Amino acid sequence: MNEYLDLFLTFARIGGFTFGGGYAMLPILEREVVDNKKWITQDQLYDYYAIGQCTPGVIAVNTATFIGYKRKGIPGAIVATLGVVFPSLVIIMLITAVLQNFASYPAVQHALAGIRVCVCILVLNAIVKLAKKALVDKITVVIFAAVLACSLFTDVQTFLIVIAAGVAGIIIKTILSKKDLEKAAGGEEK
Amino acid sequence: MIYLQLFWEFFKTGLFAIGGGLATLPFIYEMQAKTGWFTLDDISNMIAISESTPGPMGINMATFTGFTVAGIPGGIIAVLGLICPALVIIIIISNMLEKFKDSKYVAYAMYGLRAASAALITVAVLQVARVAFLHYDVFQETGKLADLFNPIAIVYGIILYFVYKKTDKHPILYICISAAVGILLQM
Repeated sequence: MNEYLDLFLTFARIGGFTFGGGYAMLPILEREVVDNKKWITQDQLYDYYAIGQCTPGVIAVNTATFIGYKRKGIPGAIVATLGVVFPSLVIIMLITAVLQNFASYPAVQHALAGIRVCVCILVLNAIVKLAKKALVDKITVVIFAAVLACSLFTDVQTFLIVIAAGVAGIIIKTILSKKDLEKAAGGEEK
Repeated sequence: MIYLQLFWEFFKTGLFAIGGGLATLPFIYEMQAKTGWFTLDDISNMIAISESTPGPMGINMATFTGFTVAGIPGGIIAVLGLICPALVIIIIISNMLEKFKDSKYVAYAMYGLRAASAALITVAVLQVARVAFLHYDVFQETGKLADLFNPIAIVYGIILYFVYKKTDKHPILYICISAAVGILLQM
C-alpha cells in the first residue's frame, strides 16, 4: 500500500477508537505502530509521548505528528495528523447535525460505561509496560511519585510539572555522572 | 470574515493550550464571552458530546464549535487552526531531537520526562477508574460504603483483565466488546 495512505488510515483508526483523551490511545498506538507496523520502537513511542505532554496542542495529535514526521518527513507529519483528526471531524459533525442530544441516550451511556472499564484495564496494562522502561532506578521512582503527588494534590499546571521533571533529570544525572568520573579518577590514582 | 476569525481563535488555543483536551476548555469559555458565537449551554452540550464520542477531546470540541458557528467548512477550519501550531512545533522538536540525539543531556531529560509521563498517565487512569468502578456521587448522598462500589463494573473489569492478558488481541476489539457488554448489562 502507498505509505502515505497507510499512515493516514492507521492514524484514522487510532483516532476513531480513542475514547477519553490522549492517554487512552497509548495501548492502541503500541499495538498499531510498534507491534504491527514496526514504524518506531517502544522506547521512541514513550519519548514522543512524554514530549507530547509538555508541548502545546492535543497530546494525541502531537504523537501522530512525531511518528508521521519520523516516517516520511513533513508530508508524513501532515498526513498522520490529518488522519488522527479525521474521524472526529466526521463523527462530531454528523452527531451535531442530527443527534444533538446524543450524549443523553441511555444506550450511549451504557456503552460508554463499558468502554470506560475497558480503557482502564487497557491503559493499566500499558502503564505496567511503560513503568518497566521509565522507572529504572530509585531516582526515577522518586520523580514518578513527586509528579503523581503534584498532579493529584496541587493546582500547578501539568506541563510545568513535566518540564520540571525533565530539568530534574538533567541536573541529577549530570551531578551523578560527575561523581562517577571523580570516583573513577580517584580509583586510578590509588 | 468568519472563517479567518475561527482559524485565528483556534490557532491561539492550539498554541497556548498545553496538556490535552481539557486544557482547551478555558479558551472555549473565553471565546464564548468574546464572540458570542455560541451559548454557555452549547458548551456543556459540547463537553458531553466530546466525552462520549471517539477522538481526542480537543479536536472534538474544535469541530463542534466550528461546525456550530459556520457549518462544515467552519468545523474543518477550526480543527486546522487548532493543529497548525502543534504541527510546526513538533516538526521543529523532531529536528532538534535528531540533531542532538547523541547528546547526553537529551538522554538525561528523557530519563526524567519518561518517569513524569508514566505518572501523568497513572493520574488519568485513576480519574477514569473513579467514574468507571465507583458511584462516588451516590456514596456522597447516602454515606453507605456499599453504595460506593459498582459491582458489575468491578467484576467485569477483573474478568476483562485476565481475558486480555491471556488472549492479547487488538485493543479495539476489547473496546467494541466492552461497549456491547455495557449496553447488555445496562452498566
